[in-house]
Amino acid sequence: MTATGTRSDALVIDRLVTEYPIRGGLFSRRIGTVQAVSGVSLRIPAGQTFGLVGETGCGKSTLGRTVVRLVDAQSGSVRLGDAEISSLGKSAFRSVRRRIQLVFQDPYASLNPRLSVGAILAEPLIVHGLHTGRRQERVRELLELVGLDPAHASRFPLEFSGGQRQRIGIARALAVEPEVLVLDEPVSALDVSVQAGILNLLDDLQREFGLTYLFIAHDLSVVRHLSHEVGVMYLGTIVEQGPVDEVYENPLHPYTRALLSAVPIADPRIERGRERIVLRGDVPSPANPPSGCRFRTRCWKATDLCAAETPQPRLLDNRLVACHHTD
Amino acid sequence: MTHDDGPAEPLLVVDDLRVVFDTDRGPAVTVDGLSFEVRQGETLGIVGESGSGKSMTSLAILGLLPPTARVSGSIRFRGRELLPLSDREMRELRGNEISLVFQDALAALNPVMTVGDQLAEAVSVHHPKTSRDELHRRSIELLELVGIPSAETRIRQYPHEFSGGMRQRVDIAMAVANDPALLIADEPTTALDVTVQAQILDVLRTVQDRTGTTVMLVTHDLGVVAGTADRVLVMYAGNKVEEGPVEQTFYETAHPYTRGLLASLPRMDRRDRGERLFQIAGQPPAATALPSGCRFAPRCPSFAADPCAQSVPSPQTVGTDHVAACHRVANLREESA
Repeated sequence: MTATGTRSDALVIDRLVTEYPIRGGLFSRRIGTVQAVSGVSLRIPAGQTFGLVGETGCGKSTLGRTVVRLVDAQSGSVRLGDAEISSLGKSAFRSVRRRIQLVFQDPYASLNPRLSVGAILAEPLIVHGLHTGRRQERVRELLELVGLDPAHASRFPLEFSGGQRQRIGIARALAVEPEVLVLDEPVSALDVSVQAGILNLLDDLQREFGLTYLFIAHDLSVVRHLSHEVGVMYLGTIVEQGPVDEVYENPLHPYTRALLSAVPIADPRIERGRERIVLRGDVPSPANPPSGCRFRTRCWKATDLCAAETPQPRLLDNRLVACHHTD
Repeated sequence: MTHDDGPAEPLLVVDDLRVVFDTDRGPAVTVDGLSFEVRQGETLGIVGESGSGKSMTSLAILGLLPPTARVSGSIRFRGRELLPLSDREMRELRGNEISLVFQDALAALNPVMTVGDQLAEAVSVHHPKTSRDELHRRSIELLELVGIPSAETRIRQYPHEFSGGMRQRVDIAMAVANDPALLIADEPTTALDVTVQAQILDVLRTVQDRTGTTVMLVTHDLGVVAGTADRVLVMYAGNKVEEGPVEQTFYETAHPYTRGLLASLPRMDRRDRGERLFQIAGQPPAATALPSGCRFAPRCPSFAADPCAQSVPSPQTVGTDHVAACHRVANLREESA
């Protein structure tokens, strides 16, 4: 699929490929390549959330890192509004970097413990030359925005709980007034009672500032709650993507069906009455993916065709599905 | 799956358990006045968030708390008091009558021993007279029980040759090697992806069906509890706040904390995009600075200065086999009725 996109798309990713070298031997020579992202296309309309789900090693975090250029793409393109950012040189990218920001998973590791929260939030303002002369005021605004006490700007990360630290991480990303936030597992390190507050905050911020989110998570319940559209990744490719209710209520790809059926629901009668598709085996190594359809080694519908030909995404029931056996 | 032969003594009875650590900031009370029982053949789910004391409770039962822990109260297993037992006596019990499945299967396995040798050792350490042939046969049988294909070849492999899900299966096989009466599974699926989690929960269910072992499942995941537990115990800041049969606990939820937890969960089976999730205000207290009175009072939407800030509520009956430790539980019932 080629994502052409329209004027109102905030982020358009087209056939993106990201590879990592496999090194080994005496001098750490490059002895192979892992394709972590293998031709992913998606587009996110401005002000909306695209939820990217998948299990460990499916490439969803690499995709997020490629989009903000922490990792270089092998091929394909990323367009931020009207700017093609994947082809920009390092200095040219600096001028648009402000517009797309990443929020990390681990609020314990992503904040410098030696800086006060005020200094952490002022840093991006200094780097981008924003709010000169009124930075302290801006820091207080940001703290208030994420539901923290502005008087706590002089405190250090250690003095905050996990949920509060994630709020600081979000405030730091918002400091430079971005259009797009890439949220990489922003709540997975948090307890449920704390997670709800962060999810509500993200929802509020999106409404208030018209932010666009690429929301990367393994928790399918959280993704459903926050996303307008959802994409399901398996071994570097998106196997199914479409409007969130359609995909969740009537999944078409066998992997999406298995994945959704495996998520426990906190309701004993519903949970015990569900049909569960238990997949056999494990995810194959991304260094040596199966030929054809990458899911075929675990799929109960697989035929010879699946090994011979890579299924191309087809438009079915309002969503794109990459499977030979879905009608 | 309870046995019908009369009101037998529960398999495990925990009474007024208290686990305290001395820290620079004063005593950290991680479990406080906790009482519950685990009945023969059942699956008891213990749920709580980080720091609720759920893992400390399982470590106390297993005698695995560090020597710096001050433990009081009583833990009776098959009528026998465990707390006064020596390390040697506990070692005889552990892995034999009571066993454990951890969250981190890799750390639980020896990296330089084949899986077969480890399974054999798990059996022979408690049954030293078992013959080599018998140990070999038993190792294969155990791997088959937990659904590991080609067990004959797999027993000659090392833990690193197994995937995360397969290692967790080996861990379960080790835990049930001696047909334990009680299996404590502490966050057994937390590190795993959902499709692998589904496989492991399936294995636990199969093992329980075939061996009849009693399971104490410690988890933060209310979904896992909803699907596997017969009864549920909810912990908060070292206390039991609610305990009851799984359906009553989920559908006739009595304690404001349990209610808050359930309401704060996004649901995969609902169109709730754009709806606000319920937020429990504030955060759990530090174990070194527990509030006087009800531990949940500072965050409770139903808080009343008297009595919530005055005294720790004791569990009171709110239904058949269903208790909640809340002063205001009667008022809450009226409000929601």
